[in-house]
Amino acid sequence: MQPSPINVRSKAMSFHAARRAATNHFVSGLAILATVIVLAPLAAILFYLVYKGASSLNLAFFTHIPAPVGEPGGGMANSIMGSGVILVLASLMGIPVGIAAGVYLAEFGRGRMLANAVRFTADVLNGVPSIVMGIAIYSLVVMPQKHFSALAGGIVLAIMMVPTVTRTTEEMLSTVPHAVREAALGLGVPKWRTVLSVSLRTASPGIITGCMLAFARVAGETAPLLFTAFGNQFWSFKLNEPIAALPLQIFVYAISPYDEWHRLAWAGSLVLIALIMVSVTLVRIYANRGVLKGGS
Amino acid sequence: MTTEREPGPSIPAPSSLAPVVADADMAPGGAAPSVIREYLSRRGSGRVADNSFAALMLLCGCSIFAIVAFILWILTARSHLSLVQFGWKFFSRSAWDPVSGDFGALPFIYGTLATSFLALLMAVPLALGVAVFVTELCPKPLRAPISFLTELLAAIPSVVYGLWGVFVLVPLMRDVIGPFLSKTLGWTGFFEGPNFGVGMLTAGIILAIMVLPIISSLTRDIMLAVPNSQREGVLALGATRWEMIRVGVLRNSRIGIVGAVMLGLGRALGETMAVTMVIGNHPNISKSLFAPANTLASVIAGEFTEATGDLYLSALIEIGLALFLVTIVVNAIARLMVWAVTRGAPVGAA
Amino acid sequence: MGVGIQVENLNAWYGANHTLQDINLHIPANHATALIGPSGCGKSTFVRCLNRMHETNPIARATGIVKMGEIDVYKDASPVEIRRRVGMVFQRPNPFPTMSIYDNVASGLKLNGFRNKRVLDETVERSLKQAALWEEVKDDLKKKSGASLSGGQQQRMCIARALAVDPEVLLMDEPASALDPVSTSKIEDLIFQLKSQYTIVIVTHNMQQAARVAENTGFFLNGKMVEFDSTHKIFTNPRDKRTEDYITGRFG
Repeated sequence: MQPSPINVRSKAMSFHAARRAATNHFVSGLAILATVIVLAPLAAILFYLVYKGASSLNLAFFTHIPAPVGEPGGGMANSIMGSGVILVLASLMGIPVGIAAGVYLAEFGRGRMLANAVRFTADVLNGVPSIVMGIAIYSLVVMPQKHFSALAGGIVLAIMMVPTVTRTTEEMLSTVPHAVREAALGLGVPKWRTVLSVSLRTASPGIITGCMLAFARVAGETAPLLFTAFGNQFWSFKLNEPIAALPLQIFVYAISPYDEWHRLAWAGSLVLIALIMVSVTLVRIYANRGVLKGGS
Repeated sequence: MTTEREPGPSIPAPSSLAPVVADADMAPGGAAPSVIREYLSRRGSGRVADNSFAALMLLCGCSIFAIVAFILWILTARSHLSLVQFGWKFFSRSAWDPVSGDFGALPFIYGTLATSFLALLMAVPLALGVAVFVTELCPKPLRAPISFLTELLAAIPSVVYGLWGVFVLVPLMRDVIGPFLSKTLGWTGFFEGPNFGVGMLTAGIILAIMVLPIISSLTRDIMLAVPNSQREGVLALGATRWEMIRVGVLRNSRIGIVGAVMLGLGRALGETMAVTMVIGNHPNISKSLFAPANTLASVIAGEFTEATGDLYLSALIEIGLALFLVTIVVNAIARLMVWAVTRGAPVGAA
Repeated sequence: MGVGIQVENLNAWYGANHTLQDINLHIPANHATALIGPSGCGKSTFVRCLNRMHETNPIARATGIVKMGEIDVYKDASPVEIRRRVGMVFQRPNPFPTMSIYDNVASGLKLNGFRNKRVLDETVERSLKQAALWEEVKDDLKKKSGASLSGGQQQRMCIARALAVDPEVLLMDEPASALDPVSTSKIEDLIFQLKSQYTIVIVTHNMQQAARVAENTGFFLNGKMVEFDSTHKIFTNPRDKRTEDYITGRFG
């Protein structure tokens, strides 16, 4: 009489299957654990920042400059204005160049080797540490002029905006259907006019969002401003004087020994985070409309 | 004007249109049409404008190259003094004495590598776990909020992380984590010596927090790029969920994931502000993770504005040059790997 | 009024692909000429060579002579100048998504710098009437975007857009293939009305359509023009066996 082969096999099979199922559950558990471990610090950081920032924030923050050391009160109005000045400078210089480079990649360079090299280099440039940019502009602008300046700060942030704006502009222009360009070309519209009035116009919501993204990204940068804008405790209205910037002053206040300045640093961080949240949310809204692939 | 219609499929007469063609101003050659024709024929070919426009766009495209070339040139020029004085030995000496003018970057290389390695050690498994969770295991409604949070985490400025690090992580390290580690793992030699809260471990932890979202979201994009047919094929063979992920997805995206990790490494190498605020700022090579140290980026941030003397400044700039070249190489390789898997589809801005 | 088109020894390439080989034909003025043939036979490429749209593809090349009236399309004028005299309607309607109906129809003029508001208003009205779309959109000209119309309406708007620049030649590349039967018949009526004012070249997959609207028909096969004759002759008594095979549905 033969032993029933089915029974023997099913015993081995069920052991193996059970082990595989256990591994499956174990790994799923690990993944969930990892996610929790990741989200916990974020929640903790955000919560703490909001808590500390909110209790430090008051109207004076937005209207006053820092009080003399040791005295309470004061705010970071000069830093906010300074950031505004530097960012406006940076945007005026960086955004047009970035958009034009993006136009080149999308409208003139399709498939060409030079365009591929530009695209690759832009991506790589995005990963260069911002402090390196800072010392490069220090050498170019600050050293010959022998003083720090808002202009130098604007230049370094402009250089940082260019690769980001280039890539997002290119991506957005690529979503414009070729048929729409053909419609314009078929009407005898010259190429330059087609690019400006048809391609850019159609892609403009996404391009603007991309510029916003670049703006928000450089708004939080500190390292490159350390040796260009340098910072300032007071109002500064000239472009070739050192100027305060929000993230820069947060750094200075954070490592200082004064409690009052620490309070300003927390409040300033909250302002920065609020700015970031707004821009990320806006990008998300556009991503849901399919205009900007922001990754969802 | 009628054409003779042949028999065959019945050809309907044109359906009645409102006889608009009879209007006077639409007679062929009427006044309005020829104004337009004349206007358009007088317009030039636009060739000059087209060529200038194309040239301008090309110029701006090449500005990217110009930026890289400029940075390379100016950093090399300004580090000339230090290059001439120390040569290659600059990177193998561990002196750092501004007073006597003796400089060597080895402690900073050590600090950079150690903190980055620590950061990746902690961040990569977690990032992979999150990526696996979000792409394969996560219930649909949770997907968007989690990835939104991840994106937010990636966008928080370095100085804010540093602020949190100084006032939360450092005391935590000093009072809770540090003593715990030296009690339990002190025998390894990595947790010896006085612990003031600042040091390589603290910096490593903050770096881990900062690079995690990048690695995670890139890995997620790469995993999403694997076609569903791969997943289905493995499932059809009777695999469990995890086996499907392991064989169908991870195996296919191995190279891309390595690329994502390298991009995280690139970010860690250059991260400045948060590290500067928690690492202790001391040119020091030590086995203990509690020891204060410095990275290539943090020494520049910490000492640049106080650098007296041309040689000192030149040495710092040379460190910047080294950082520039290393991050370019790491990023280039990483981008190539990610591109190989996603075939050039844009995968997250850096 | 339209002009006649004379084509001599036209050859076209996409990269290494010799898409059109030695095309010779004469398209008479103020008539509608249909081009038929199976997919990939080169009829779309041919039409795009007439207004030099073929060149917008960087790997495309063309040689030969194309004369519109007195003008050698390739030697006497730039692509931009030619395209202003030739209107083109594409297979899928392609309105400008960010522009209103008015701006869409007027785009051929406005994007070329034309500013006279009165003439623009008149032109938009004239073109939309010619395209049999005026009654449907006249109240929403500036309020609705061009992309908010139905498919058939969009295509008629594209026809109006092409007509607004008062071209001498109207090229239509399968204008009704993406549309429902009602819209298709409206567009065929349009062509019937328009052909006395313009020279129309229409590429079509639909032989009955060719028979309905065109006086002359050319049959393309594998990049060559096999036969060109009056529509009546092509469909009742073609000279070439290949034409007959295609007409009777043996292939394609």
